[in-house]
Amino acid sequence: MLIPPNRHGRLWTWLDTRVGLAELEKLLKKKEVPVHRHTLWYYLGGMTLFLFMIQVATGILLLLYYRPSAEEAYESIQFLMAEVEFGWLIRSIHAWAANLMIFTLFIHLFSVLLLKAYRPPREVTWLSGIGLLGVALGLGFTGYLLPWNQLAYFATKVGTEITGVVPVVGPFLGRVLRGGDEVTGATLTRFYGIHVAVLPAITTLLLGLHLFLVQRHGMSVPPSVEQAGGPRRTMPFFPNFLLRDLVGWLSALAALAALAAYFPTELGQKADPFAPAPAGIRPEWYFMFMFQTLKLLPSYILGIEGEVVGVISFGLGGLFLLLIPFLDRRTARGEPSHLFTWIGIAIIVYMLILTYLGYTMVPTQ
Amino acid sequence: MRAVGGLGAVAWVALLALLGWPSAAAGQQRVESCVTCHLETGDDRLADPVKRFGEDIHSAKGFGCVACHGGDAKEAGMEAMDPAKGYIGKPDRQQVQTVCGRCHSDARFMKRYNPALRVDQVTEYATSVHGRRLKELGDPKVAICVSCHPAHSIKPPSDPRSTVHPLKVAETCGRCHADAKHMEAYKIPTDQFQKYKESVHWRMMSIKGDLSAPTCNDCHGNHGAAPPGVTWVGNVCGQCHAVQAEFFAKSIHAKVFAQMGAPGCAACHSNHEIKEATDAMLGLGDNAVCAGCHAAGDKGGKAAVEMRALLDSLSGESEKARAILLQAERAGMEVSQAQFDLNGAKDALVKARAAVHAFTVQAVKKEGEPGFAIGAKAYARGVRALDELQFRRKGLAVSLVIILALIVGLVLRIRQLDRRS
Amino acid sequence: MAEDTLEPEPTRRGFISWFLGTSAGAFLLSVLYPVGRYLIPPPIAESTAGTVTLPIKPDDVKPNTGQIFKFANRPAILIRTPAGELRAFSAVCTHLNCTVQYRPDLAHIWCACHNGHYDLNGKNIAGPPPRPLDTFVVNARGNQIVVSKSA
Repeated sequence: MLIPPNRHGRLWTWLDTRVGLAELEKLLKKKEVPVHRHTLWYYLGGMTLFLFMIQVATGILLLLYYRPSAEEAYESIQFLMAEVEFGWLIRSIHAWAANLMIFTLFIHLFSVLLLKAYRPPREVTWLSGIGLLGVALGLGFTGYLLPWNQLAYFATKVGTEITGVVPVVGPFLGRVLRGGDEVTGATLTRFYGIHVAVLPAITTLLLGLHLFLVQRHGMSVPPSVEQAGGPRRTMPFFPNFLLRDLVGWLSALAALAALAAYFPTELGQKADPFAPAPAGIRPEWYFMFMFQTLKLLPSYILGIEGEVVGVISFGLGGLFLLLIPFLDRRTARGEPSHLFTWIGIAIIVYMLILTYLGYTMVPTQ
Repeated sequence: MRAVGGLGAVAWVALLALLGWPSAAAGQQRVESCVTCHLETGDDRLADPVKRFGEDIHSAKGFGCVACHGGDAKEAGMEAMDPAKGYIGKPDRQQVQTVCGRCHSDARFMKRYNPALRVDQVTEYATSVHGRRLKELGDPKVAICVSCHPAHSIKPPSDPRSTVHPLKVAETCGRCHADAKHMEAYKIPTDQFQKYKESVHWRMMSIKGDLSAPTCNDCHGNHGAAPPGVTWVGNVCGQCHAVQAEFFAKSIHAKVFAQMGAPGCAACHSNHEIKEATDAMLGLGDNAVCAGCHAAGDKGGKAAVEMRALLDSLSGESEKARAILLQAERAGMEVSQAQFDLNGAKDALVKARAAVHAFTVQAVKKEGEPGFAIGAKAYARGVRALDELQFRRKGLAVSLVIILALIVGLVLRIRQLDRRS
Repeated sequence: MAEDTLEPEPTRRGFISWFLGTSAGAFLLSVLYPVGRYLIPPPIAESTAGTVTLPIKPDDVKPNTGQIFKFANRPAILIRTPAGELRAFSAVCTHLNCTVQYRPDLAHIWCACHNGHYDLNGKNIAGPPPRPLDTFVVNARGNQIVVSKSA
């Protein structure tokens, strides 16, 4: 990694003739990263990728001890935390990195949105990115249940109930998701399958496409920088940008280690379907703005149930977000598009306020 | 007994003839003439027994009026109540036990209905204060069968509506025993019911729904109701509090209390108003019962203080261990095994508290000792868990230093690269 | 390091390379160490709510004795009957949740708190307990005792 690629040894030559290292090197050398006042945002995609890699590595390690059944899931994690050396570390890092990953993913998304990086020819990159966001949220939602503790159980119960609100197909979807009418061991097995096989497979495909397109199109330069003209500075991706990336990744790792050591993930009480729901059930923070919106909606809007309106709105909102590259015609033509800048800011402000309310409002209200 | 047997046989014949077996009777709806007339009179005093009898256990088993009152229910008019046909009307107070006993004392007969039911109620009743006063003095106020098992609406004790269901017994006895006017002539206290309601036993029964908790009859007997004698109070309490009773029986207090005429367990715990026993009862403090006889100077007083100190230190130790394990748990350490093991200290504390009834320091020490060991071990596990937490933080520090060094190296390399380009 | 001579600051560059290599190596170790330790199976075999492998050898349980063990965070009691059979029950008295014990003198299970008695099938036979103790399945496999919840 630190050896300059021009130092060619015998091994290099041997490998080159068989694998084609020189072409790879050429590819790496060709890639340039524009340098301007918004370059900072380029690091967030890489950061999310790094955190995803950590998820894969720690997830595989957790698989060695985890048992996906209602009878054994909780106990296997208790065993992992108590008896397996560094079990607490692996589990805590997995949990914390998940949160950090979704956080950096959101920032990556909004930076792309506000810097209009979705404009042609990068529409498909945007689509695959939104797909990755959906998959990441799905990973978070399914992973939350796996410890089979009280909080996870009830949060999942509430979360899957919301799917039942979707008109026509809702109840059916809810049943499919839960693997039955209630959240049971069948749900756990299902979520486990989705969490460790289905979603990672989809992620691999989408991520492959996403990275291929980034490589193909190069980094997008924001319109504001383009219009300002001037000599465009660049830096080689390898090694200059990658080394900077590494600094960021290592800092993230240090933060993860500190979080894991000081705030290890708790296990809580084992899920008991017959126990009363514990106080203060709330979803993971990244679902909070949706959860809070549904709570604040009046019970009926224009004769339709408030929850139904809320769920449909979020569905439409997601669709709108997905289709932004095609709706924002002005940006596509290379003209400034203040409307979409303001829409982006409005989304961020909305999410921030609702999340804030979700954590501060008295639960009984 | 021969006469009773004869009466029983008469009732039997009447019963078989009139009702057939309950199963057979189910087919043809029988209407006894007693029922028809008693309902028609319009006099509530006459109609009431008939109306209530529907939910009586005897009605459910297929018995009718004639089973107790005699007569012939096939006769439509007043002939049904011909004494020649065995009609006895309302049995008088002396007669009631005979009427009930006709069946309830007959093992062979009762077997057909409830083989598990005892058949010695009448015999027992004869030994009770109630039965003796009835027989010897013809006392018109003592309890007879129907005082507790109301005629025409008798239900088995397992039925929550029954007057003799465990939750209702105290109230049933209290109807007379808490009535100062009723009890005036007997010169015995009438506050037992009120005191019992304050006791830990009633609380367990009424709030926790523990129907095995004792009520009046568990200590006094039911049909043979009598106050436990001073010397055998311990045996009665020992039914459930066996360990304490065993220690007590071998203790010096057993002898001394007997000589003094002090009523065993009740000497310290009282009888009806038994409060939850706490460690505060031991020693010479404000609420300590020992202080009633012992002073700081005498041998017993010293032992009491020493036993109290032992219990206090044992519960303190186990509390300390529990606290540190909780702290470790809150910090995210997994200590469930240690927490489980700590239950052993609680068990030892329970045993040591029971051993207090031997009134020797050695006994308490012997039972409590394993608890100290378990508590110390659990505490050590808690300390170790917190140490492990420190180890984690040291490990974190080391890895952070390494990461920082690597970052510094990378930054130096980046600057070098930038300078070259 | 043949190239170093071409650089203007050979020692500085060499130092940075050395420093980077060393810290990268240390970093790799600090990652691999916990992962390696994590992969080593712990000495205590895993237990679950459904089954538990006891740290007791079958031969160590003499006839007409009993001992308490942890089963899904609750106490349970393993007894060997005078006839030599191994049995296991929940050790939580059904009366007020005290922990029961085996009484060799009575040859059955007994709760000290309120003199509750259970026979060798866990059935409540005397005293306040309202219900029998929960029964578990015991299997002695070679040198191990495995207790599991009855299906």
